[in-house]
Amino acid sequence: MILVKIVLKSAWYRRTNLFLTILAIAISVSLLLGVDKIRKEAKNSFINTISQTDLIVGARSGPTNLLLYSVFRIGNATNNVSWESYEEITAFDEVAWSIPISLGDSHRGYRVMGTNRDYFDYYQYGQSRHLSFAAGEPFADVYDAVLGADVARALDYQLGDEIIIAHGLVSTEFGQHDDKPFVVTGILDKTGTPVDRTVHVSLEGIEAIHIDWQSGTRSPLQLTADQARQMDLQPKTITAFMVGLDSRLNTFLLQRKITEYDEEPLLAIIPGATLAELWQTISVFEQMLLVISGFVLVAGLLGMLTALLSTLNERRREMAVLRAVGAHPYHIILLYMLETFFIVLAGCLVGATVLYLLLFLSQPLLEQSYGIYIAVTLPDGQQWSLIATVLLLGIAVSLIPGVIAYRRSLQDGLAIKI
Amino acid sequence: MTESIIHLQDVHFRWPEQDNDLLHIPELVVNKGEHLFIKGPSGSGKTTLLNLLTGINVPDSGSIMVLGTPLERLSSSRRDQFRADHLGVIFQQFNLLPYLSLLENVHLPCGFSRRKRANAGDILETALRLLAHLGIPEPLLNKPIAKLSVGQQQRTAVARALIGSPEIVIADEPTSALDSDNRERFLELLFRETAEQGSTLIFVSHDQHIANQFEHVIDLPQINLARNGEI
Repeated sequence: MILVKIVLKSAWYRRTNLFLTILAIAISVSLLLGVDKIRKEAKNSFINTISQTDLIVGARSGPTNLLLYSVFRIGNATNNVSWESYEEITAFDEVAWSIPISLGDSHRGYRVMGTNRDYFDYYQYGQSRHLSFAAGEPFADVYDAVLGADVARALDYQLGDEIIIAHGLVSTEFGQHDDKPFVVTGILDKTGTPVDRTVHVSLEGIEAIHIDWQSGTRSPLQLTADQARQMDLQPKTITAFMVGLDSRLNTFLLQRKITEYDEEPLLAIIPGATLAELWQTISVFEQMLLVISGFVLVAGLLGMLTALLSTLNERRREMAVLRAVGAHPYHIILLYMLETFFIVLAGCLVGATVLYLLLFLSQPLLEQSYGIYIAVTLPDGQQWSLIATVLLLGIAVSLIPGVIAYRRSLQDGLAIKI
Repeated sequence: MTESIIHLQDVHFRWPEQDNDLLHIPELVVNKGEHLFIKGPSGSGKTTLLNLLTGINVPDSGSIMVLGTPLERLSSSRRDQFRADHLGVIFQQFNLLPYLSLLENVHLPCGFSRRKRANAGDILETALRLLAHLGIPEPLLNKPIAKLSVGQQQRTAVARALIGSPEIVIADEPTSALDSDNRERFLELLFRETAEQGSTLIFVSHDQHIANQFEHVIDLPQINLARNGEI
């Protein structure tokens, strides 16, 4: 007990130096915890780009490819899915709902996705969050469009604005569906997912703008928007569709059923699993970040070691006095261990406080402008063990000056060397 | 009626890497309540002798009986506890821990020894009484150590050595940093207080001038037969 008092008073006496040491450790601890937090939240947010969708079905290609074009709007489908297959599979007993999607066109760099109103009812992202409207409502007419938050903001679109959809992904002068403009009827709230960068129209709209096109070029026979409206706008093919099941237990069963589907070669993926796989390939980066913050921590601890070692000489008298009043040599080691423990503990506390304060302050900002929701929660098990590791490392480091002081005090005895 | 409180017999000491003895004392007896002056120039083995008497080091051979306890047979932590319980030590200077207040410095030994804590009774009261006897004015009690004069610091060190009534007080050149006026006054206080507590005083110094104030004087070079006592 007397040792704790001595350690605290002695440390307080040297507080200017120790304050800097604590600060260095605090910075490295908050960096370490911060990187860990952000990598987990990033992974979380990535894995939750789409949620509650049990299967994504598309033409047979690679699972990653299917995921990339259907969820992230990256790359293209190699083939389409026939409308018949879509209807047949949707009619399966296990299927609760399905969302057809049709990709291939764009608007000023943003992908246009054809779908139906089920999309607004069933599509979920994050922690089972539904899409919500910042303004307007879902499309009702063939030529209505609903914009993702980023599209509306970047291109400064309001409800009622007319937009022209380009044929294909590269906008050319001749490849515009300028004869059939769309009207913005809804703008979605920010989601932090690729939905923000998507222009949503109805499947009928996609069909209507392509009805007088053949093999990627305009056919000589041109139809006006209203003429097209009168035609049969039931699509013959779609790019992919998302499926929700009544019971998750049937996921694998249905997946096999779709893969073995006779009419057409199809591929069904479980989005969560494929997302996790995809994350694995990009997780090298987060590992690197963690390694770097580990090095920052080592630098912080080395700084502390330097500070402790530099005081060894001037504390020699202190040790002789303590020995004279009856301290054991192991008290000397304990003295250094306790001091280090308090320094590192203070560093951890300050670091964690700073981090949580920053998270707390930046949370609304991050959610608003990036759609990234960072949950301010107590450190999880892994972070507690990080903190414990830092403390243990600190104590291990303290053994170096501790043992030096111990050996010196054995040598010096009661001789005060100045 | 004399009772021996310290008895050294045929003590040899050298550091492990040394070829010759640093200290060889065939016999040394200190009686209870004695004020003993051990005189020796630097290099005569003073520090070594002090480290042996306080149980910091043990002799390579021979016996060191202190208060009837053979120190050389105790484990190092038992020797440390023995020192904490039965000895008070005063250094040349820098006796006090700068981060503790004057009073806390005086209390310090009680933190390491249950025996001293029990002997002191009400620690605060005992400390205040000792400090009053030693002429430390009360306003100084909670001042930082750096604000005290050297004389005041040394008197505080006496209070710390005496708290909990240890049987033996060992002083290592405690007056060397003091001017002559302060030295006289310091010795007077030290004698009076150790006598009052019945403590035996062992005073080690190279200073000839104060030797004549002691009843017993031992010339270390004469009893230390090892002649190469370099420090």
